[in-house]
Amino acid sequence: MGTITQMTEALRPRHPALVRVTHWLITLSFLALLVTGVEILISHPRFYWGETGNVNTRALFSLPIPSSRGTVPTGYGYVLPDQNGWSRYLHFEAAWVAVLTGLLYVAFGFLQGHFRRNLLPAPSDLSPKRLAIDIARHLRFRRPSEEEAWSYNVLQRLTYLLVIFVLFPLVIWTGLAMSPAVASVFPAAVTVWGGRQSARTIHFFVSIFLVLFLLVHVLMVYLAGFRKRVGAMITGRLTPPRGRA
Amino acid sequence: MSKISRRKLITTGLLATAGATGLGVAAKLAERYGLIPPDAGVLYGAGETLTYAAQRLFARYSLAPEFGRSQISKDPFANPVDPLGAEFQRLQAGGFADWRLAVDGMVARPTSFSLAELKSFPWSTHITMIACEEGWSYIAEWSGVPLAHILNRVGALPQARYVVYRSFQPAWWDSIDMADALHPQTLLAAGMNGGELPVPFGGPLRLRIPRQLGYKNVKYITRLTLTDNLKRFGKGLGSAAPEGGYAWYAGI
Repeated sequence: MGTITQMTEALRPRHPALVRVTHWLITLSFLALLVTGVEILISHPRFYWGETGNVNTRALFSLPIPSSRGTVPTGYGYVLPDQNGWSRYLHFEAAWVAVLTGLLYVAFGFLQGHFRRNLLPAPSDLSPKRLAIDIARHLRFRRPSEEEAWSYNVLQRLTYLLVIFVLFPLVIWTGLAMSPAVASVFPAAVTVWGGRQSARTIHFFVSIFLVLFLLVHVLMVYLAGFRKRVGAMITGRLTPPRGRA
Repeated sequence: MSKISRRKLITTGLLATAGATGLGVAAKLAERYGLIPPDAGVLYGAGETLTYAAQRLFARYSLAPEFGRSQISKDPFANPVDPLGAEFQRLQAGGFADWRLAVDGMVARPTSFSLAELKSFPWSTHITMIACEEGWSYIAEWSGVPLAHILNRVGALPQARYVVYRSFQPAWWDSIDMADALHPQTLLAAGMNGGELPVPFGGPLRLRIPRQLGYKNVKYITRLTLTDNLKRFGKGLGSAAPEGGYAWYAGI
């Protein structure tokens, strides 16, 4: 088995070039979106449901953090510096990179069979028993075997599909639903959530899930061998090249 | 040099030339059709240009959602403003009878209007949301004169591309393109929720652009200037916002 996979590696890399490039472009834009998103959030760390909400309205919940606006009652005796100007500029620029890269990746995934071959779980893997075994294995933080480096396990596949086809589309949609110009073209894209403030609140929670995914993803890569796995996502090769032959 | 690498070189060269020419043509076309915002040259201007161009291509004539009377916010929030000064207080004490709106620049008939004159023009009302870039929002009924009516009345010249608007507060000046200036929902608003527009909300006169965020809806409007070139105003970035680090276009 080992020799076969090593032979196929010579023909096909562990990760196709397009997957590698889009992976790191999405990583960069996601980090930019995260930092700027937090900065924008700090200017109004209160959340509402429905169409409208402001400091005169009762909040659905508010975060116990200081704010970059003196108009927000936070209980802290100081106001953080305003970073919304560049944060908003960069947030939307990074969103363009994420959306265009994501579209390229999804087109590739369908056309080249990447989703079907590498991400769609085998029906036999989806039985409750197999899933339970896999979950237990993950919870024990057991280092995966060398064989597993060549394909994604079922939990990985399900998680990646959830991130690609549910969380990312949701976070983009709810983000766009906050744009007054987008609302003027597709009012239903806002009302389907119950209004602009609902979309903002959902945008926040989906972002939390994406950050959780990022943390678990990096932890799993660390457990599986950080250098080797990150190297494979950069060079495409799983085994480090021996010398410069 | 081998044959293959020469062929590769020529192909790459041709592709690069075609690409550069394509980009050049696209930039020319984008400029001609008004898809380049005045702050396109700032640090994150590329993303800003994509956003503005996309929204101008797909949202030029769209109408902001209008709400029912029952959805009007009972407790709207007015962002505090710097003290308006003694001159404003004098005008306010006189019921703003002496408030003037000057219209100049690329117009056939530069004119100055009093509030009473503005109120004699066709009036328009809509119940729309105003959303702040910070994230909060409220819904109110706004009434005023459509900006398009004023531009018609003063004879806006066809080559005018932007309307620069100035406030009683000199730090707040801004501009919009003709797509927004001629948009039927863009109002010089003087009324809110059935009464006079309260001073904290921008009374006596506020520009109301429901397809853009709150900060484009400048309060205490005193002067409109039509122009074909924003380079002549301030630092040439279109408004005070990019000079303070914020985007000129606020449709997102």
